[in-house]
Amino acid sequence: MSREFAIEARGLTKRFGDLVAVSQLDLDVPRGTIYGFLGPNGSGKSTTIRMLCGLLMPSEGKALVLDTEVPGDARRLKPRIGYMTQKFSLFGDMTVFENLQFIAEIYSYPRRERAGRIEELLERYDLRDQRRQLAGTMSGGQKQRLALACAVLHRPELLLLDEPTSAVDPQSRRDFWSALFRLAEAGTTILVSTHYMDEAERCHRLAILDHGVKVADGTPTELQAGTGMHVVEVTSSNPYQAQQVIADLPAVASVTQLGVRLRVLIPDSEDNPVALVEEAMRAANLDTHAELSTASLEDVFVAVTLKPQSKAA
Amino acid sequence: MKSLSRILAVLRKEVRQLRRDRLTFGMVVGLPVMQMLLFGYAINTDVRNLEAAVADQADTHLSRQFVAELAQTQVIDIVDRVATPEQLEALLRQGDISIGVYIPRDFDRRVVDGTRAAAHLLVDGSDPTILGVANQLRLMPFGFDAGNAARSAPQALEVRPYYNPERRTPVNIVPGLMGVILTMTMILFTAVAIVRERERGNLELLINTPVSSLELMIGKVVPYILIGMVQLALILAVGRLLFDVPVRGSVVDLYLAAMAFIAANLSLGLFISTAARTQFQATQITVFILLPSILLSGFMFPFEGMPEVAQWLGEVLPNTHFIRLTRGIMLRDAALGDLLGEMAYLLGFTVVAMTGAALRFTKRLD
Repeated sequence: MSREFAIEARGLTKRFGDLVAVSQLDLDVPRGTIYGFLGPNGSGKSTTIRMLCGLLMPSEGKALVLDTEVPGDARRLKPRIGYMTQKFSLFGDMTVFENLQFIAEIYSYPRRERAGRIEELLERYDLRDQRRQLAGTMSGGQKQRLALACAVLHRPELLLLDEPTSAVDPQSRRDFWSALFRLAEAGTTILVSTHYMDEAERCHRLAILDHGVKVADGTPTELQAGTGMHVVEVTSSNPYQAQQVIADLPAVASVTQLGVRLRVLIPDSEDNPVALVEEAMRAANLDTHAELSTASLEDVFVAVTLKPQSKAA
Repeated sequence: MKSLSRILAVLRKEVRQLRRDRLTFGMVVGLPVMQMLLFGYAINTDVRNLEAAVADQADTHLSRQFVAELAQTQVIDIVDRVATPEQLEALLRQGDISIGVYIPRDFDRRVVDGTRAAAHLLVDGSDPTILGVANQLRLMPFGFDAGNAARSAPQALEVRPYYNPERRTPVNIVPGLMGVILTMTMILFTAVAIVRERERGNLELLINTPVSSLELMIGKVVPYILIGMVQLALILAVGRLLFDVPVRGSVVDLYLAAMAFIAANLSLGLFISTAARTQFQATQITVFILLPSILLSGFMFPFEGMPEVAQWLGEVLPNTHFIRLTRGIMLRDAALGDLLGEMAYLLGFTVVAMTGAALRFTKRLD
């Protein structure tokens, strides 16, 4: 019995034939937080979320979700969790109101409070004008707001969101995240998967997944502090050539180009990373300005997904 | 209590979506009526007025009387008279006539003689129905004048068609057609209804709600039972009004039989929906079941006339048993009690298919 964690998973593994989609995943999601899953497509984010809500049977391992064994007791868990699918999964040939009504009925939301709850959600998620519109004809942002409204209608303790913002514009994304913060403040635990760095940065904690393996987890600040790498930002008038020169240095773990700037990751063991870079640039007759920088979440992501490769090399 | 309200929620949603889906809604009503009209008017094994030509080389009083009697049967319609059998053959080949009547020069003597055929029918054998008709003509009693009465060969057999004395095809077709139409719509609608939700991703949402597989299935299937009942009423009404097809037995029995049949088909549809990944696949599998349901069920061809293997296959199909039920109840005034075996098969089929579907339909994605 854990009051501390909404989700505790140990050794969660899912194989599809020969493919290992998720491998030995341990996860602790504290109650009332927004917990992010960061990773590229195919890194096992959706598979993990689906295992946690009982949609997929884990090949190995088990999870305790809201103190309920998954997959064993998934049925008892359903009324307590809300799930938002990656693809819009509400009924396109029904109106916004009808969709909400159907969800309310399916979750046996108290009949007397139903109408009030639906009005409240229409208001909060700015869908009053779309009330009689067929859900299939709405914009991406509107569909997403409807999906969230449906997922939270029955006031779930835990909300699982599978790449909720992949099909919407930046303004809708900002609005969506402020809605998530409100829900978290009200005590809802939220597990959200994303491949956007800026979204990951807003999470209270996050786990970085790569090829089905959790390569790092912690608060964004912890992750940024714990890369084990120096980050050197290099500016040059010839960034392409500069990238080639720096990448050839044996000490350098990775070089990423961002416009005219290069983000260079060099292991902590190197004492003077800036000098190392400047020396190489001078030797190649390239103008340069190098300085130490703090790791962004993107740097963290690059650093942790590098590890298996550098070990192999 | 919660379970019932969830079933009702699914049911309401299904009806709401069905109402908006004009194509499906049109199919519910349009399909039975269209098929009834097509099958009722177009399929006619009760052949009349086949185009025929006569080459009467005898041209005697007796031969003219013979031709007149042939014409009176209304089976053939004499459209041409030619001089030689070769000309008859030419007309047959060109497709201008289906039957040629050749009366040789010595017709009178042959009639008296009685050992050789007096006249020849040249028949377009490429159509088995016409060949069958010609065979019937062969047995035509040729009643000569009083003076020759002794020589009119008495017929060995006389056919007395029970239950359909006028030998009208629709009377036979309509009871079978009910089975074909219900097979098509019931299997297709249920299979597609669930596969569509899977394709659109709705299912992933639904299985994450407290609704159970069974509740979901019941809620989805009940509206189609009602649709099946409406279709049955439509078919009976059209059959009655346009083709004067009787319901000699009890209408209640007929509806009970139809209920069992609809249940069998819906369960089969559900089972298909657990196997098919796309609506296209669901449609294909339905056609795969529909064709034998038309061809091997006794709807098109007499069941007993089929090869044994085809009969085994036919016995598996619900439609075979339903057609026996409907023909029995509608035409032979049979009571359901006389046909318990057929009912038992339909109910057994439902249980097996439903169990199979429920076992295969899990609330998981893998």
